Amino acid sequence: MEGFMHWLSVIGPTFQMGLIVLGLLLLSTAIVAVLTRAKPATDFSELAQRIRSWWFMAGFFFFSLIVHPDASLVLFAFLSFMALKEYFTLIHTRMEDHRVLFWSYLAIPIQYWWVYTEWRAMVVIFIPVYMFLFIPIRMILAGQPKGMTVAMSRIHWGLMLFVFCISHVGFLMKMPPTDMTPGGGRALVLYLVFLTEINDVAQYIWGKLFGGKLFGHRPIAPAISPKKTWEGFLGGVITTTALAAALQFMTGFPLAYSVGAGLIISIGGFFGDLVISCLKRDVGVKDTGTLIPGHGGILDRIDSLAYTAPFFFHFVNYFFYRIPW
Amino acid sequence: MRAVLQILFFVLLARPLLGLLIGVNVLGRENLAKAPQFVLVANHNSHLDTLALLSLFPLSRLRHIRPVAASDYFMNNALLRWFSTTVMNILPIPREGFTKSNNPLALMGAALEAGDSIILFPEGSRGEPERMAPFRKGIAHVLEKHPEVPVIPVFIKGMGKSLPKGEVVLVPFFCDIVIGEPRKVRGSRDEIVRSLESAVSELREELILRFGLGEDGMEEEGVDQGEPGQPSGDSSGK
Repeated sequence: MEGFMHWLSVIGPTFQMGLIVLGLLLLSTAIVAVLTRAKPATDFSELAQRIRSWWFMAGFFFFSLIVHPDASLVLFAFLSFMALKEYFTLIHTRMEDHRVLFWSYLAIPIQYWWVYTEWRAMVVIFIPVYMFLFIPIRMILAGQPKGMTVAMSRIHWGLMLFVFCISHVGFLMKMPPTDMTPGGGRALVLYLVFLTEINDVAQYIWGKLFGGKLFGHRPIAPAISPKKTWEGFLGGVITTTALAAALQFMTGFPLAYSVGAGLIISIGGFFGDLVISCLKRDVGVKDTGTLIPGHGGILDRIDSLAYTAPFFFHFVNYFFYRIPW
Repeated sequence: MRAVLQILFFVLLARPLLGLLIGVNVLGRENLAKAPQFVLVANHNSHLDTLALLSLFPLSRLRHIRPVAASDYFMNNALLRWFSTTVMNILPIPREGFTKSNNPLALMGAALEAGDSIILFPEGSRGEPERMAPFRKGIAHVLEKHPEVPVIPVFIKGMGKSLPKGEVVLVPFFCDIVIGEPRKVRGSRDEIVRSLESAVSELREELILRFGLGEDGMEEEGVDQGEPGQPSGDSSGK
């Protein structure tokens, strides 16, 4: 009985957030079903596909959290792997760098091992310092100087964004409960992931409904993504920040900090999204992959998280933990 | 027993490897079911090609699909020979020292007459990574004798990056496989070779149209337009 009560208190935030997500998914599924019936002339299949994929993604995420916090580390390590693979597939890689890429993949289990064992100093220096120095060394051994500066920069950028940055979700998961953050790591991760994803959705919806109607047709970065409007951006920031404040009970932050977290996540997520749009424009593809029906590839989905995870982590750490490295 | 080993290998090893580790995106999979017997013709850049193609088929069909492969390479030692024949079910063909019954054309013809399907890489070699070499003519001899067997053209992208020729370490990249409609090809040998080359190239175009060129595509020159020469000795797979 005591074990059960403990389990219940541990999954508390998971359960609360699970109910919210379940409600949203049911609502959106119902809306699409109604729309499809009300407007048979319009094609809603992509939207329906998108929502179906959300069911699966949310399912995997919550399943791993319920099993064990460390199971979600495996999930995020796998996500890093898929993202890095997608990135390496998108960019041009030199044949000489075959083994360099192999070592880069190997950095994923190593990085998540530091996260798992809570060797925090290593988590923050392994990829920015050691992998940064090691990649050129391995390239020198391969012995092809032509194109090396570009190749090593690109490989390291991928490791930073898709392994180092994404691993901050796991890093956050390992944070212990404190007086200021009674929910501990699990609540913080749920809060971060939920707000990041809802921010993507909110920006999309606000952009669809009001894009170009309030402030005139002025995309924020027309050369990178003509679909990103001020209406979408501001609508997303307001929605996400309001939700961040409303979900304050999950993390236990004081209100001002919740608003701060909402702002960081919505603005960070917006730029993360644009960075991957920029990458897609640069290499000349429409989607980063085909893995998630309706969304595109993994990078299309986790682009914002790669930015919000480190931002939010350091926000939380600065105000509530102050880990001595 | 052989069939069981083959099925176990594909269920437990090949499919998880290709699905989770590498990640294969397949277009036109339904075309495989349209031809009970076929000659599958694909571009060739990696040992993974054969594995990936075989793992697309229902397990029950595997026993009747023979990937054509060079005997001097794949039957070289006992272990490889065991793997090639038992698990991959290859149709070993010699690359030299032909006799009347022991030559590529006779062996492929016999397999087709026995009702089996064959997988063939008419470039003859894995060659340079992610580059398509001109097709060899041997395939045309076989199809000339068996015009009733439909050809399934296939374009494979990315395997040559994951496991290129001469590399033993597998480095995963997402790969695409585009499968064309089964078709019967007729005409002179030159025409047959040309039409197969263009069928595979068209699938490549289809892929680009669907997903964009990508950075590697921008640098590629596409099909290397050389003379389709060298009769026989097709698809050695080395």
